[in-house]
Amino acid sequence: MAKFMLIMRNTDESLKTMMATPFEEMLDKVGRFNEELISAGVLVAAEGLDDPANGAVIDYEGETPVVTDGPYGETRELFGGFYLIEVPSKEEAIEWARRMPALPGSKCELRRVPSIDEFPQDNEWVIKERGWRERTGQL
Amino acid sequence: MHSPDGLGGDGDAAAVRRTVEAVWRMSSARIVGALARYTGDFALAEDVAQEAVAEALVAWPREGTPANPTGWLLTTARRRAIDGFRRRAALDERYTALASQLPEGGASSGAPAVAAAGDGDLPWDPDRIDDDILALIFVACHPVLSPEARVALTLRAVGGLSSEEIARAFLVPVPTVQARITRAKKTIAAAGVPFELPPTHERRARLGAVLSVLYVIFTEGSTATAGADLLRPDLAHEAIRLARMVVALVPTEPEAHGLLALCELTAARFPARTGPDGELVLLEHQDRRRWDRSAIRRGQGALDRAASLGRGLGPYGLQAAIAACHAAAPSVAATDWERIVLLYEALGRVAPNPVVELNRAVAVAMAQGPLPALAMVDELAAAGRLAGSHLVPSVRGELLARLGRTAQARTELELAARLCRNDRERALLLRKVADLS
Repeated sequence: MAKFMLIMRNTDESLKTMMATPFEEMLDKVGRFNEELISAGVLVAAEGLDDPANGAVIDYEGETPVVTDGPYGETRELFGGFYLIEVPSKEEAIEWARRMPALPGSKCELRRVPSIDEFPQDNEWVIKERGWRERTGQL
Repeated sequence: MHSPDGLGGDGDAAAVRRTVEAVWRMSSARIVGALARYTGDFALAEDVAQEAVAEALVAWPREGTPANPTGWLLTTARRRAIDGFRRRAALDERYTALASQLPEGGASSGAPAVAAAGDGDLPWDPDRIDDDILALIFVACHPVLSPEARVALTLRAVGGLSSEEIARAFLVPVPTVQARITRAKKTIAAAGVPFELPPTHERRARLGAVLSVLYVIFTEGSTATAGADLLRPDLAHEAIRLARMVVALVPTEPEAHGLLALCELTAARFPARTGPDGELVLLEHQDRRRWDRSAIRRGQGALDRAASLGRGLGPYGLQAAIAACHAAAPSVAATDWERIVLLYEALGRVAPNPVVELNRAVAVAMAQGPLPALAMVDELAAAGRLAGSHLVPSVRGELLARLGRTAQARTELELAARLCRNDRERALLLRKVADLS
């Protein structure tokens, strides 16, 4: 079993469609999909993000980080939320991503999430993090 | 028809095969379920679904992975079913009328169950998927089948495992699995088993049969009966996946939740059950920090749901409750053994079984000491129950060792090692013998 993150990216086009879609309808579609993930027992976590206008960007380009309110200047593909799923193969993760009720224009980036087992187990920071993961059930 | 992710078009046959396998694993139950309702013939449904998978392996590398892979498999299988009906119609005019109806509607229900497969719509009735999958599970676990056949058919038709995967999981030759499945399908046809949900008065008993098939799959995965590996986690996780599916389909059955809880709580200990060289580590020596807390939470949640249905815990629920006692305990010494003894007593009443008696004896040894436990084990041995199993001598040996009766303990543990068929468990028994001196 491996964990995969499905990173949802919105574009201006998909955001426009989202605004035009009744909230109940969105909720129904996404809810059904989430329910499928839950009953298949593959869902680990899922979160959607608030309006980027309420966020901030921290830029490390210079010597000290520069903080700017709101989203990136260029917002062609904006990170909108994620699913974390645990499945036996990348192919199964891809197949779940295919079934997602995503809006036209949006994209999903699929990335494997390495497990703590893949880090050096004698490193003190890895040992500490492992302890936290064991306590909180996030191995 | 080319997939937007370019998976299919690159000509990488191995990648396409993995995609086909993934789609099949995720969708086999709904595909075979829909086809079985459509044709009214479970064996035919399974055959044409397998043909569609074989066709996908040829077509997808050439034409690209279809935009809707599951729909493609279902549509292709349905076409094969119609071909089959036509061929039979040529031989038997009773099928003629049936075959002429097929392109428009379902054969078994009389209603147009299958819509045209276009615009990415799946050609099935979304309101009936759950019933179809449940009916499929009931057929695969039907009492007319031998236990081995139920396991093989469930893993193949519901779980989407190949005969090769099933053979590997149970350490039997592939032709054996294939023969079991073929025979099972013939038995279902010969017995005239209909593709439908069992009538209400049979439901509970039939569900019991389904759960026991899943439990057999899980236990084989969690303690392999033979061979070099102690665990086959893939098989155990397959059982958990199937149990989750069943729970979602029959959410008001306490024992379905109980079985899921038992599997989750047992699997939670997998990371701690084997040492660096794959050797068995007993509960008392397990590093409890390695237990999978997420699995424990899921298991406890399932157990709470079983209890909240208010009909009392059944055998699976009680075993899950025992596993939950261990999961909650920081160490062997700090385990609530009194409660475990009570739960074993309850379990022994609802599901009398010599292995349960033996486990109760172990719990009694922990709660009250080895002497009363030894009396219980001696009683089991005297009654000749579990004769030929390594379990009685291994527990007896353990208790005798704790009482300082070393010579007797050695005899018992050596006997247990001779009777044990799993290499890892045998090694552990021999280690115990060595530790005596």
